[in-house]
Amino acid sequence: MEDIIIRMVNIVKSFPGVQANRGVNLEVRRGEIHCLLGENGAGKTVLMSILYGLYKPDAGEIYYNGEKVEIRNPKDAINRRIGMVHQHFMLVPTITVAENIILGQYPSWKVLNDMPAVYEKIEKLSKDFDLDVDPSALVQDLSVGEQQRVEILKALYHGADLLILDEPTAVLTPQESEHLLGFLRQLADRGLTIVFITHKLEEVMQVSDRVTILRDGKAIATLNTKDTNPRELARLMVGRDVLMDLKKKEGQPGNVVFSVRNLRVTDERGLLAVKGVSLEVREREIVGIAGVSGNGQSELALALAGLIDCEFDEITLNSTPITKKDFARLNHMGMAHIPEDRQKMGLILPFSVSENFIAETYRDEPFSKRGFLQFRTINDYSKSLVEKFSIRCGDVEEEIANLSGGNQQKVVVARELDRRPKFLLVNQPTRGIDIGATEFVRQQILAERDAGAAILLISTDLEEIFALSDRILVMFEGKIMGEVPPDYSLIEQVGLMMAGKSAVHA
Amino acid sequence: MDLLPVVIFLQSILAATWRMATPILYAAVGEIFSERAGVLNIGLEGVMLIGAFAGYSVAYESGNLILGLLAAIASGILSGLIFSFFTITVKANQIVVGAAYNMIGMGITGVLYRVFYAESGRALSLKTFAPIEIPFLSQIPFLGEVLFKHNIMVYATLLLVPLATFVLYKTAFGLSIRSVGEHPKAADTVGINVNRTRYFAVIIATTLAAIGGAFLVLAYADQFVEGIVTGRGFIALAVVVFGGWSPWGAMGASLLFGIFYALQLRLQAMGNIMIPYQFLQALPYVVTVLVLIGLTKRRVQAPKALGVPYK
Repeated sequence: MEDIIIRMVNIVKSFPGVQANRGVNLEVRRGEIHCLLGENGAGKTVLMSILYGLYKPDAGEIYYNGEKVEIRNPKDAINRRIGMVHQHFMLVPTITVAENIILGQYPSWKVLNDMPAVYEKIEKLSKDFDLDVDPSALVQDLSVGEQQRVEILKALYHGADLLILDEPTAVLTPQESEHLLGFLRQLADRGLTIVFITHKLEEVMQVSDRVTILRDGKAIATLNTKDTNPRELARLMVGRDVLMDLKKKEGQPGNVVFSVRNLRVTDERGLLAVKGVSLEVREREIVGIAGVSGNGQSELALALAGLIDCEFDEITLNSTPITKKDFARLNHMGMAHIPEDRQKMGLILPFSVSENFIAETYRDEPFSKRGFLQFRTINDYSKSLVEKFSIRCGDVEEEIANLSGGNQQKVVVARELDRRPKFLLVNQPTRGIDIGATEFVRQQILAERDAGAAILLISTDLEEIFALSDRILVMFEGKIMGEVPPDYSLIEQVGLMMAGKSAVHA
Repeated sequence: MDLLPVVIFLQSILAATWRMATPILYAAVGEIFSERAGVLNIGLEGVMLIGAFAGYSVAYESGNLILGLLAAIASGILSGLIFSFFTITVKANQIVVGAAYNMIGMGITGVLYRVFYAESGRALSLKTFAPIEIPFLSQIPFLGEVLFKHNIMVYATLLLVPLATFVLYKTAFGLSIRSVGEHPKAADTVGINVNRTRYFAVIIATTLAAIGGAFLVLAYADQFVEGIVTGRGFIALAVVVFGGWSPWGAMGASLLFGIFYALQLRLQAMGNIMIPYQFLQALPYVVTVLVLIGLTKRRVQAPKALGVPYK
C-alpha cells in the first residue's frame, strides 16, 4: 500500500452564491509532487485553503498521516507541518525577512531576544536549499521572485512536510519559473510532499508525478502524469475539446496606422527604461513584442497609452502627428488599450460590470444625455456585450470584483474592442486567466486584426507571441534587438535575443 | 544690554515646555499603537475628556490622586472597549465612530460636570501632584528649573517612550501589532488573531489618552472645566503622523508643540502685547503644524491597512 500523507474525503464548501467545493476527494502520496489542475473558479484554492485551516469545510473529512484531523486555523496547520505559499504573498512588506518568518510563532509577551539564533537558522536553511535569502532585508525591497523564496523558506523554517503552492509561477519570469520547478523537484527528492496548484498544462507535464483535475468544484480524475498528455488534461479541465492551435489566416498588412520614432522613457527610479524604440504597425497586422518581463515593455506600453511621461521624435496615428497634448484623448482618436494589470488599470473593482463597460464613454451619447446617465441604454448595451463575449456574471449590476480573472479580462477586452479601434495596444492579454478564457481572448484579438485593426501585442508568453503575431520584435534592456517572423523554428533564436544576443539574420 | 531678563524668559518657557507636551505625548504614544495596528481613532479628544473627568471626580471625592488616576485608566479601558466593539467587531467606519465619540465625550462630561460640580457651590480645586525636585540636579542654574522640577506624571514620559519603543519593536506583541496594521491577511495566515490584536492596541491607545486627559486635572490645572482638553486630542493625531508613527518621533513633535504653548502663555501673561489673545492661543497649533510640515521632508508611509476593518 502506498504511503498516503493526505486524504480529503467528500469536502463540501459553499460561499454565499457559490458552491466552491462539491464533494471533492483527494489523495496525496508522501514525497510526490501532486498538481491540482483546474480553471479559475474550479475550487483548487478553496480546497487547499481548507487543508491549511483558512476555511472550515461545510462537510467532509481530512485524514493526515492516516489519522482523522480537524484543522481549525493556519496555526494548527503549521503545527502539523503543513506550509502554504499563497498566490498573493502573505508577507508584511515593512518588516524584515526574519521578522516575517517568526511572525505569529511566539506568545505575545515574548521578548524577541533570540534574533541572532533565528538569523543563523535562516542563513543555514538558505544555504542548504540554495535560496539566497538575506534575513535582515526588508521584504518591500525584495523582488517578486525573492519574496517567493522567502515564502518557501518560511514554510521550511517551520518544518513543513507538506508544501502547498498556489499558482507560484503566475508572478515569475520564464527563467524564474524554470528555476522554481527545478527547485521543487529537489525538495521532493528530499522527501517533501508538494501540492502544486496551477492551470498551466506545461507545468503539470514538466513537474508533477500525479495530477488531480478539478472542474466546477469536483475532482474529475487523478492521473499519473506520465500516462497522460496536455490534450487530455485540457479536455478534462475544460470539459470539452480545446483548440490548442488557433486558426490564423495569413495577414494582409495595409497602410501604416501607428508609428513611433525614437521613444525614450524614464522609469520611476529615474533610469532609462526604454532607450530609443522605433516601430510601426500596419492595418490588419499584429506586431508582437517579446521579451523577459522588466525589459521596458511595461514602460513602453504606458508611454504609448499616454499614461507616463516620455520623449520621442515622432508619433503618428492615422498619419496624424501626435503631440503630448493629444495624449489625454488618444482613445478618442481611435486607439484602445488593454492594460497589463486589469485589476489596477483596466477595471474599477468596486464598480459593477455595466459601469466598467461605460468607464470611458459614460459622458457620450447615448449613455448620457444632458448630464444624466441613461440607465436603460447602458443596461441593454451591457447585456449585449455580456452575451457577445460570453462573460459569466450574475447580472450586469454585479460588482466586477466578484468575477473570475478570466471574466474580468473579458470585460476589459469587450469594452476596448467594442469601440472598433484603429490601433489596439494589448499588454499581457491572457496573464493569469484560464485556458478557456485565453482561447477566447486570443480569438477576439485575431478577429479584430482581420477586421482591419493595427495591433501591438506585448507579452512575456512566447507561445502567445508566436501564435498571434505577424511580425515579432524582441525587446531587451529597453531596446529592440531585432525582428523575426513568427516561425516556430526560430523560437530558439528569439530566446537568445531575449537574453541580449543581437539578431543573426539567416 | 542686560541678559538676565532674556534668560529668565527662556527658562520659564522651557520649564513649561515638557509639561505642556506631556498630555499630548501620552495620547500620541497610545495612538501609535492603535494606528500601527490599523485602527484610526479620531475620538482621542473625547477619550481624553472622559479620562480627565473620571480622574477629576474620583480624585476630588476620595481626596486621593492615585485613585483618580486609576479611575482615568478604567475609563480609558472602557472607552477602548466601546470604540473597538464598534470599529472592529461591528466594523463600522472608524472616522464616524471616532467623531461620535468626541461628541459623546464632550456631552457626557459637560452634563455630569454641571450636575455635580458647577452649581454645587463647593470649592472645586484639588491638590495636584507636586513637583519633585531631583536632589542636586535641580540646583543647577537654568537646567535645574527646566528639567528637574517636574511632577511624577511628567517624568513618567521618560519611561513611557522607551518602553513603548521596546514593546513595538522588540516583542512578539509589537511585531503582531505592526503586522496587522500593514498586511492583516498575512498575519492571519500565520495564526495571529487580527481582531484580538487590534482590540489590545486600541485599549492601550485609549488608556494612555485617558491618562493624558487626567494629567490635565491631576497634574496641571487643579480642576475640571468643560472642554478642558482643548484640541490636544487632535494635536496628538497630527503628532503621530509627523512623528512618523514612532514613539521618539512623537516625543519630538509634542515637545515642539509644548514650546509654543509655553511661549503663548508667557506672551499672554506679559499683558503689554497688542495681539488679541485668541491669536496667541492659536499660535502653538498653527506653528506646530507649519513647522512640522516644513520638517517632514521624507514622508513616512502610514500603515497600509490604517482605517480598514479586517474581512
